[in-house]
Amino acid sequence: MDILIFMQQMVNGFSLGSMYALIAIGYTMVYGVLRLINFAHGDIMMVGAFLGYTFMEIFGLSFPVTVLLAVVISGLFGMFMDRIAYKPLREAPKISLLITAIGISFFLENAFTVFAGGVPRAFPVPEYMENIFNVAGVTFSVASIMVPIVTLVLLLGILYVLYKTKYGMAIRALSFDIKTVNLMGIDANTIIGLVFALGSGLAAVGGIFWAVNYPSVEPMMGVLVGLKAFAAAVVGGIGSVTGAVLGGFIIGFTEVVVIAFFPEMGGYKDAFAFIFLILVLLFKPTGIMGEDLEKSRF
Amino acid sequence: MMTNNITNDTIFTKQRIINLAIIITAIWFTHFAQVTFDEYTVRIINNVAIFVILAVSYNLINGVTGQFSLEPNGFVAIGAYVTAILLVDAEGMLYQYDIEDPYPWVLALQTNFLWALILSGTISALLALSLSFPVFRVRGDYLAIVTLGFGFIIRILAINSPEITNGSLGINDIPEYSNLYWTGGIAIFTVLAILNIIYSKFGRAMKAVRDDEDAATAMGINTFKVKTLAFTTSAFFEGVGGGLLAALLTSISPDLFTFFLTFQLLIIIVLGGLGSTTGAILGTIFVMAGLEWMRFLDEPMDFMGIQTDAMPGMRMVVFSLILIVVMLFAREGLMGKKELKDLFKKKKANK
Repeated sequence: MDILIFMQQMVNGFSLGSMYALIAIGYTMVYGVLRLINFAHGDIMMVGAFLGYTFMEIFGLSFPVTVLLAVVISGLFGMFMDRIAYKPLREAPKISLLITAIGISFFLENAFTVFAGGVPRAFPVPEYMENIFNVAGVTFSVASIMVPIVTLVLLLGILYVLYKTKYGMAIRALSFDIKTVNLMGIDANTIIGLVFALGSGLAAVGGIFWAVNYPSVEPMMGVLVGLKAFAAAVVGGIGSVTGAVLGGFIIGFTEVVVIAFFPEMGGYKDAFAFIFLILVLLFKPTGIMGEDLEKSRF
Repeated sequence: MMTNNITNDTIFTKQRIINLAIIITAIWFTHFAQVTFDEYTVRIINNVAIFVILAVSYNLINGVTGQFSLEPNGFVAIGAYVTAILLVDAEGMLYQYDIEDPYPWVLALQTNFLWALILSGTISALLALSLSFPVFRVRGDYLAIVTLGFGFIIRILAINSPEITNGSLGINDIPEYSNLYWTGGIAIFTVLAILNIIYSKFGRAMKAVRDDEDAATAMGINTFKVKTLAFTTSAFFEGVGGGLLAALLTSISPDLFTFFLTFQLLIIIVLGGLGSTTGAILGTIFVMAGLEWMRFLDEPMDFMGIQTDAMPGMRMVVFSLILIVVMLFAREGLMGKKELKDLFKKKKANK
């Protein structure tokens, strides 16, 4: 195997893995505090990508401003979703919460199909991002470098919020026991809203990067990516943010490497994440970095 | 006193007579509908019967056992493909498999309709069994995502193995065996079988797992076994339902078995009341009728003087909103967890 091709695939894997990681963080944080698989998370990534499309194509804003606006709006949207759909069901059986989540996911997909059209739209990638430069025979595009760097910065930011601020302490406390946290004078619902906002904001970043790399947006783009990102969160250990990033990279790399070395498996590339998920559930249900969440709550 | 004893001892209790009457009416209606109604109506009733099979069995895992699963489209697809492969003869396959030549064993497999259905169910059930090992070893949380992924994988496999499934072209010219005797008969059988499970020892264990898994474990219930049983049983009937569907539609393709199928069934059982078989049947009728009726939503409309364009998919938006609203404000659905006979009981108590 040519070392250059190998390096090239490493770069691609890093880039893909970063995007899975950005989305997986939201899954893992919501699961950590609510024990809810938020099916609508993949669709929030789609909403983020559509926001990016709208700001750049229609309002003609610059890329950084677009990302900032999309993150803020998606974050607010995530909070709103929690307030409207999940908050009334805090005391309900878990199955009600899951059904509502799948309802929201289906609603977003179809509402966007009806009002924005199901045909993929070309994403206006800024020209400087398509610049390609060459380091010792390995070609990089600006985007493929920018994605992992931004992911890393955001990961550090999230870890800072989680471990060095009072809000982070409250989030971590929530994942142990919601009732006690309320007794300590912390408004659990505000903190849960914050978790949704953080996760949705990151998903929006992931969505915009996705749209830059595969330059198009369409209403169903979040379904498979969401599923794979959830698999990434489980592989890394659900509830753990670093684990989610690790899981994202593992799944991203596997996809890229397997297709590079066994092109005839290309049709099955969407199945790898799923196989990973099954294997992890069989042999190490807590994932790589995860703790047993069932124990910590009871 | 004397009469009381006699009525309690005889096999003809009031409840049983009512049950028998309902079963006989259902059988009679099946026959009556097949002979009298026109082709279009029969087709709709066929569809309703198949969806009753799917909804009632889906309800077993979701409503009765309380494990949120999104599997029906996957197992229905498997059932449909198994039946299609077993029914289409070698000549027909060679004629329509354009992408790749079918494997010799695909050509050789050939059975009658009954065996095709049984095999459809069995293969689905075996797959469900193998999925339950990774999933139910941990708490049921992951079931939803694993089954959701499973549905995608089945589609990917169907598209990528043209030697077996004819890829995205799908299988056509399946003999049209499904008539109301088959669909209605199997629907009645399914309802009876599922009700028998629900009222058995296993059914009570399933409800215990739904209501409080920790307590159920403490009472000595093997929750893994109970969940696996519920999941496998519902997969079996979904496979059979898929087989019936294939023989009704006469042509199947991977696009038929998208997540939308699961979503329809989810709305049916939520609207009918999670955990109620009566509710699942009522829900099927309501939703199937509603889907037909709401077709106008997808078409161009003249709404208070404003002309709107055709909006394909609008029905789905409305349906997902209904699902969310039912979950938020009327979580019990039509029937709650009650069955038909519980309604009779309540009336008596009120009098």
